[in-house]
Amino acid sequence: MISEQLERRMQFKPMRHSSLLAMAGLSCLTILLSPSPALAMHIAEGFLPVPWAAFWWLVSLPFLLVGLRSLSRITKEHPELKLLLALAGAFTFVVSALKIPSVTGSSSHPTGTGLGAILFGPSMMAVLGGIVLLFQALLLAHGGLTTLGANIVSMAIVGPTLAWWTFKILRSSGFPHLAVFAAAALADLATYLVTAAQLSLAFPAASGGFTASFVKFGSIYAITQVPLAITEGLLTMLVWNWLQTYGKPELAILQLIQQDN
Amino acid sequence: MKNNASKTPTLQYWLLIISVICLCIFPVIFVRSKFTGSDQQGTEAIEKIQPSYKPWFKSVIVLPSKEIENLMFSTQAALGAGVLGFVIGHYHGRSLVQERNKPPTP
Repeated sequence: MISEQLERRMQFKPMRHSSLLAMAGLSCLTILLSPSPALAMHIAEGFLPVPWAAFWWLVSLPFLLVGLRSLSRITKEHPELKLLLALAGAFTFVVSALKIPSVTGSSSHPTGTGLGAILFGPSMMAVLGGIVLLFQALLLAHGGLTTLGANIVSMAIVGPTLAWWTFKILRSSGFPHLAVFAAAALADLATYLVTAAQLSLAFPAASGGFTASFVKFGSIYAITQVPLAITEGLLTMLVWNWLQTYGKPELAILQLIQQDN
Repeated sequence: MKNNASKTPTLQYWLLIISVICLCIFPVIFVRSKFTGSDQQGTEAIEKIQPSYKPWFKSVIVLPSKEIENLMFSTQAALGAGVLGFVIGHYHGRSLVQERNKPPTP
């Protein structure tokens, strides 16, 4: 065990800079047979049958590509936005590391993808959220590489997209504060509803099928998530209000507020 | 200079922070439970619905204990918080400089 871990560590270092894919592939081979309790918040490693894991990976890939393109475009055209981009990523990083107790007696973590989505649009969050999920899968044994595609779809694609539309609609109908809160909270909630749906599709109950499974998984993930979604909405409002005071130039570039407003 | 304008947002910040703290503490006080992760319950549910299912892939990293896992999670939070703090400080300082360099309005 120990020598195996050492070996893995030796392999990790020189490759961190070159190619994440090569690293993932190699570590898969070395650790395939080592026993470990793999329990994680999103969908745990190996807990999706092969066809479903492949399917969600395929679904997530185009979004990741579009996200990477808009990432390189924004950093090239507006390098002054890099700090704000770091802020959006860091926000997701912090809140998705915090497991918060909920009224159902279990605990879960917020996703933090709403803020980045309303700032930069949903495709950017596919990349930022994907990085967070990859970090957790590789270093925290949280989530997994085989289920990364499914987890990216729920946390980094569906959530942010919903946040983006919620924000746009509520903002244009004259509720700017509610828009930020609702966007973040709904993105959080939607992430776990999608997770429940993904699990129900892969594991339909013997009696009742998809619906019965969805009720079961939904009650585990989504109800726990309601208070956390509210927490995330409030935290996002906090950062948003603060950006309105100190980040005016950046928000102006993002055409979210007028320069002299 | 602009103390009146900045007072209301400050109050709002504190209200937001206090409500977040209350939301987090409330369940711990009023709900008797071990607060296991919803992920673990999800995994258990799979085992109930389809007992024959065996995970076909193991995590790439094996964390030796709960303590190390906590260490990794707090590292993640710390890294994120560090970057957040840097950006917030940077923007704040920038607007202070702009305020100072503004020509005084009569």
